[in-house]
Amino acid sequence: MDAPAPIITRGLCHWFGEGEAKKQALFDIDLEIEAGKLTVLVGASGSGKTTLLTLIGCLRRVQAGSVTLLGTELAGASETMLIASRRRLGFIFQAHNLHDSLTAMQNVRMGLDVHGRAAAENWQAAARHLLTLLGLEERLEYLPGNLSGGQKQRVAIARALVGNPDIVFADEPTAALDKDSAMNAVDLLKRLGRERGTTTLMVTHDSKILDRADRIITMDDGRITGDSR
Amino acid sequence: MTAFLEKLLGRVPIGWLQLSHNRVRLIAAVAGVAFANLLVLMQLGFFGALVGSVRFPYDQFNADILISASDMNTLTDGSPLPRQRMFEALAVPGVAGATPLYFAKLDWKQPDGTIRQLDVFGVDPAARAFRNPEINGRLADLSMSDIALLDRKTRNVSKALFASIDAGTPYTFETKGRTLKVIGTFGVGGGFSADGELVVSDQTFFKLFANRMAGAPNLILIRLEPGAVPARVLAELRAILPDYDSAVRTVEEAIWRDQRFQTTQRPVGIVFGFGVIIGILVGLIIVYQVLSTDVADHMREYATFKAIGYPQRFFMSIIFEEAFILAILGFIPGFVISLILYAIVTKAISLPLAMTAARAFGVLAGTIVMCSISGAIATRKLARANPADLF
Repeated sequence: MDAPAPIITRGLCHWFGEGEAKKQALFDIDLEIEAGKLTVLVGASGSGKTTLLTLIGCLRRVQAGSVTLLGTELAGASETMLIASRRRLGFIFQAHNLHDSLTAMQNVRMGLDVHGRAAAENWQAAARHLLTLLGLEERLEYLPGNLSGGQKQRVAIARALVGNPDIVFADEPTAALDKDSAMNAVDLLKRLGRERGTTTLMVTHDSKILDRADRIITMDDGRITGDSR
Repeated sequence: MTAFLEKLLGRVPIGWLQLSHNRVRLIAAVAGVAFANLLVLMQLGFFGALVGSVRFPYDQFNADILISASDMNTLTDGSPLPRQRMFEALAVPGVAGATPLYFAKLDWKQPDGTIRQLDVFGVDPAARAFRNPEINGRLADLSMSDIALLDRKTRNVSKALFASIDAGTPYTFETKGRTLKVIGTFGVGGGFSADGELVVSDQTFFKLFANRMAGAPNLILIRLEPGAVPARVLAELRAILPDYDSAVRTVEEAIWRDQRFQTTQRPVGIVFGFGVIIGILVGLIIVYQVLSTDVADHMREYATFKAIGYPQRFFMSIIFEEAFILAILGFIPGFVISLILYAIVTKAISLPLAMTAARAFGVLAGTIVMCSISGAIATRKLARANPADLF
C-alpha cells in the first residue's frame, strides 16, 4: 500500500452552537481509510458519526484539525474547492432525495451532468446500465411518485454511482430496501471497490452489512472507541 | 417542449419539469403573468390612443406651418391672436398662402337629452383650410349661413343619422339659439377632449359665438410655396412676429408639443402611466410568489444537488429558466386577449387602439425582465438549502 489513503484526518474536532450553548461533537479524530474498502461507522445516535461523514464529505467546514480528502486539504478550503471536491464523491442518503419531477433516468443523469457536457454525452447508456444492475430496467422512465420506496432508493444509489466517484458516502442506505436489494447494493459497492478502487464509507446498523464490511469503526460521544478489520 | 429545452440548455430542463409537474401552480402563474401583461397592454393602448388622437385634427389642416398664440399648449386651449399676424406672415418670402382658423367647443344635445361635445372649426370657405376632400367638396355650400358639416365618427351617435345625411336628407339641430343645418359629413373621430368635430364657415362661427371676432383667430394656417425651405421660412416668421403673442411651429412640432403636454401635464396621461406601473408590480409580485414557493418546495432536491457538487449558478439557471418560461407562456394569452379587447374598445368608444410591433416586443421584453427580477429575488432563498442537513 504505497498510495496515500484517500481519507486522512488528524486531530479533527468539531463544535455545534455558539457561546454558552457551544457543545463539542468530535474530539481529536485521527483516521486513515484505505482505498477500495467498505468501511462502516457504527455508534449510538449523537455519537458524532454523521458529523464526521459530513466533514469528510465537504458538506461542513472544518473548524479545527485537518482532513485530507483524495490529496486535498479541506481545512480552510474555499467554497469553490469544496464544490469541486464534492464532484469526486457519491452520496447516498437515508432518504432518497430524488427530484419528483424527473424520471428515474433523468435523476440518474443529474449525477453525470455535474461533470460537464462531455462526461454526460453518453448519459443514457450509463444510466440504463446502472439502473439495470440495480434491477430497475422496467422502471427507467417512471417518475419517483410511481416507484416504491425501495425502488426510489435504488435510483438514488444509481445517481450516486453513475459519475464513477472515488469515494461513496452512505448514511443508512439500506433502511428502505428489502433484504435482497440491500445485499445486491452492498455487493455492487464491494465490486466497485475491487474493480475500480472505489472507497465506501457507510453509517449503518444493518448486521448483514456489518458481516460483509472490511472494517468497522465504532464511535461513542465524539471519540473513536473501536476499530476492527 | 422538454426535448426542445433539453437541446437549448444542454441539461435536463429541470425548471420546465418542475413547473409542468405542478399544473395548478403553473396555470395560476401563467394567468398572473397574462393578467399583468393585459393590464400593461391595455394601459399602453389607451395611452397610445390618446397620443394618436391628438394628431387627428392637425392632420386635417392644409398647412405646413401653424401660428398660434404663444400661450397655447394644446389645439383647444390658449388665447386668440391678432389676425394682423397673418398679413405680416404673408409678406414673408416662401409663404404661398395663409388663412385664419377659429376654434370653439359646442354642446350638441341629443334627442335623449344627453350631450355630445364637438370641437367646432370656423374657416373661410374661400380658402382651403383642410386637406379632407369630403370637406373641400362642400365649401361652397358652407358659405351660406348656419350650414355645417359633421364628423360621422362622432362617438355614441347612431350611424343611421349620418347615413341619412349622406343620402341627402339634411339634419338640423338647435344650439346657442340658432338652428344649424348639417348638409354633409366627414370622418375624423374625436379624441379624449371631444366626441367629434363640426366644421362651419367663419361667418356662421361668429353668429354661434357672439363674443368671437374675425380679428382674433385661434390659429393661422400657413402654406409654403413649392420649393421653399421650411426652416428658412420658419426662422423668418419667428424673426418678424412678436413672440409675446405668437408662436410659430411646423405642424409636426405643434403635434409633438401637444402630445407631450397631454401626456405629462394632464391627469389622463399620468393615470395611464400609473396603470402601467401597477401592472408591472402585479406581475413582479405574482412571479416572485410562484418562484419563491417553488424554491421552498424543492429545498431538499436543491440541497441534494449541492451535495452532488452543482455550483450556485446551476440553481440560478433553473430559476431563470422558470422565469423565462413563465414570461413567454404568460405573454401569449395576455397578448391575444388584449388584441381582442383593443378591437372591442375601438368599436365601442371610437378610440383607435392599435397594437404596434414596438409595443408588443417592448412588453414581451419587459415581461422577461420583470420575471427575471422576480427570479433573482427568489434565488436568495437558495442559500437556505444546506446539504449538511440531509444526513
